[in-house]
Amino acid sequence: MTLAEVILVIIWIGVSAYGVFGGADFGAGIWDLQAGGPQRGARVRALLERSIGPVWEANHVWLIFVLVYLWTAFPEAFAAIASTMLLPLSLAAFGIILRGSAFAFRKWAGSIPRQRVFGAVFAGSSALTPFFLGTVAGGVASGRVPPGNAAGDLFTSWLNPTSILGGTLAVISCAYLAAVLVTQDAHRSGDDDLAEYFRRRALVTGALAGLTALVGVFVLRADAPNLFDRLLSARGIPILAASALAGLASMWLLRTRRVVIARGTAVLATVTVLWGWGAGQYPWLLDRQMAVSDAAASDPVLWALIAAFAAAAVLAVPALIWLYTLTEKGLLGEQGVAERTSTEVLLQRYQTGG
Amino acid sequence: MAVSLGFHIILAALGIGFPLITLLAHTRGLRRKDPDALILAKRWSKVMAVLFAVGAVSGTILSFEMGMLWPGMMGPYGDVIGLPFTLEGVSFFLEAIFLAIYLYGWKHLSARIHYLTIFPVVLAGIAGSFFIVSVNGWMNSPAGFTTGSDGTVSNVDPWGAMFNPAAGVQYLHMLLAAYMVSGFLVASVYAVGWLKGRRDHLHRIGFAIPFVVGALAAPLQVVVGDAATARLIDAQPAKFAAMELLPETTARAPLTLGGVLVDGEVRGALEVPGLASFLGRRDFDAVVPGLDSVVPADRPPAVNLVHWSFQLMVGIGIGLLALGIWFLLARWRRRDLPRSVWFWRLAALAGVGAVAAMELGWVTTEVGRQPWVVQGLVRTAEAVSEADGIVATATAVTVVYLILGVITVRALRWMADRFATGEVVTGPYGPPEAVPR
Repeated sequence: MTLAEVILVIIWIGVSAYGVFGGADFGAGIWDLQAGGPQRGARVRALLERSIGPVWEANHVWLIFVLVYLWTAFPEAFAAIASTMLLPLSLAAFGIILRGSAFAFRKWAGSIPRQRVFGAVFAGSSALTPFFLGTVAGGVASGRVPPGNAAGDLFTSWLNPTSILGGTLAVISCAYLAAVLVTQDAHRSGDDDLAEYFRRRALVTGALAGLTALVGVFVLRADAPNLFDRLLSARGIPILAASALAGLASMWLLRTRRVVIARGTAVLATVTVLWGWGAGQYPWLLDRQMAVSDAAASDPVLWALIAAFAAAAVLAVPALIWLYTLTEKGLLGEQGVAERTSTEVLLQRYQTGG
Repeated sequence: MAVSLGFHIILAALGIGFPLITLLAHTRGLRRKDPDALILAKRWSKVMAVLFAVGAVSGTILSFEMGMLWPGMMGPYGDVIGLPFTLEGVSFFLEAIFLAIYLYGWKHLSARIHYLTIFPVVLAGIAGSFFIVSVNGWMNSPAGFTTGSDGTVSNVDPWGAMFNPAAGVQYLHMLLAAYMVSGFLVASVYAVGWLKGRRDHLHRIGFAIPFVVGALAAPLQVVVGDAATARLIDAQPAKFAAMELLPETTARAPLTLGGVLVDGEVRGALEVPGLASFLGRRDFDAVVPGLDSVVPADRPPAVNLVHWSFQLMVGIGIGLLALGIWFLLARWRRRDLPRSVWFWRLAALAGVGAVAAMELGWVTTEVGRQPWVVQGLVRTAEAVSEADGIVATATAVTVVYLILGVITVRALRWMADRFATGEVVTGPYGPPEAVPR
């Protein structure tokens, strides 16, 4: 394995982490969108907010991680992709701004009508952002980004069958992942009716995701024959098979209410789709125009990236695991508690070492 | 890009400085058993969380923009300057994780462990700002690679690029600016409260804790700022000449206060003979290169803007320094806050002033480097994207940021209202009876 390939694997670890954690965040927004009016949707929204409140910012750092690694390790590829994909990336960027800030503001917005506006912005942009990111993936995968400064078509590079497939699959997968993960959260907090609510939705979106993937096979054969051929190679087939198996297994586990294991298989099904994309594209960064080995930065740069990754693995990953563990155990409570009494309790606890 | 950076820099500064101020309040609360200080730490952690959220998303957008808008810089040089960005990613990760734990951990975590979780947030801010500023330092003093005659980049040394000659001094300058902005801005909120008659213990320490941070950073900033300016005379003579408004290379160059450059002549300025030579070379008679030391195509196009931004920044900085000294003297002599209403009026303006000074400083360094985006290597015009939609996109970004800025300020006011009325925040939304717990 060359140094460039090591970096590529690191980038794909980041893509997978963003796909799962960031994806579940977007998905939570999608379920918020369809939760109904203030009265009916209140409990659903409260559950979703509890699930993603403490972790959503950390989840989105993975995206920054991927972008920065891509531009450092493969600068010409990054410049080509980002400049050709100006429109979908701008739209995704707006979506990210809107959902993050609207989510942060909603809590404080006071009156219910105002909160509804922020809620709608958060939820709506949560549904649109993964679509645009998916179209970018589709455009890159189907070889529509040539090297150079904005050398590709500003529109057809992301408005084409493979991109639409990528966008649709991204949105459905986000919703599916979030539904599976939140089902477990609802179980834990004793909201069995909400667990059932999300389990049903997980089954529906899981079926939709499988269906989209199946249709996708035909779309790729017609629209992205190179990608299709590489997918059906010795490298691609095992990944595709793993993905299909994991997807079917999670449907069965969800049906039989084994949600904890279903979480694992649902994550696996999503990650394998992303690695399938990687396998289908390899050895090209930009299909038949820029190979991984040609575009890579020099060795000192790649070594520095590996050092930075080691630093992240040593410092950030344990911290991240701690954050998720605390969230899982329900130790990260809500922010709003009556102030004076709670700080006096805190002082007492500090003095008694509690 | 300028709009999003100009917006993000405020949030970034608060992301660096606010955790320190919160840490100080939290420490005071625990050490002196002061519930008011703990209430402040808690409120500030909530404000920080909202600002951090907006900062996080606006920072994400910047990493998109690097490629969308500047493929001509990122293509050839993305690998050279990538390392600090990745390390900033690591710091940002830590900051996001520990801030979340601190914010949501008030109730259920052990009080000691909870207190400790704010420290990594402060440290990550200190580290992260180095990484980001080192990139700007690199744009001013590129290092860590060699260019061939055909413009190809080789022998890339990412560590050398990160520790470029400008990184150290620019970093200290920015770190202190972040502490000044955070300190004076948070304090100014409580100064307004003071003028409105809110003078209880909570409001007094709410003013004093952040103001001390700003007041202590200000004198250090004078020293660092002077060093940052002096190194420009060799590193970026055109920028230095624009800042000091020196059209011609001269010995015993004067410090030009005010004035504008019209047709190559300085008009309406107050000149202090030899002072620019002294500031640049530590010698009143030294020769200082003027704008004529570089060919016309390499001179900054907006000399007056650079000059005025620089001088206003310095002026505001000195004003803040004086205000800080006033405060420290009152504390030292009477162990009390200043009484003069003028102090409080000025303190109420200090926050906006500090932000303005930071933005002016940023205008100085960025506009002063033009026409280059990377000094001596890449012209801004060469770096910019050739995509057709670029103007529309840039306009849309500007509009979105303006709206976001307005809403952020309003959200902070909603938060202040909630704090004042003591109203409890529950779930996302819905009638109280429908929301569990």
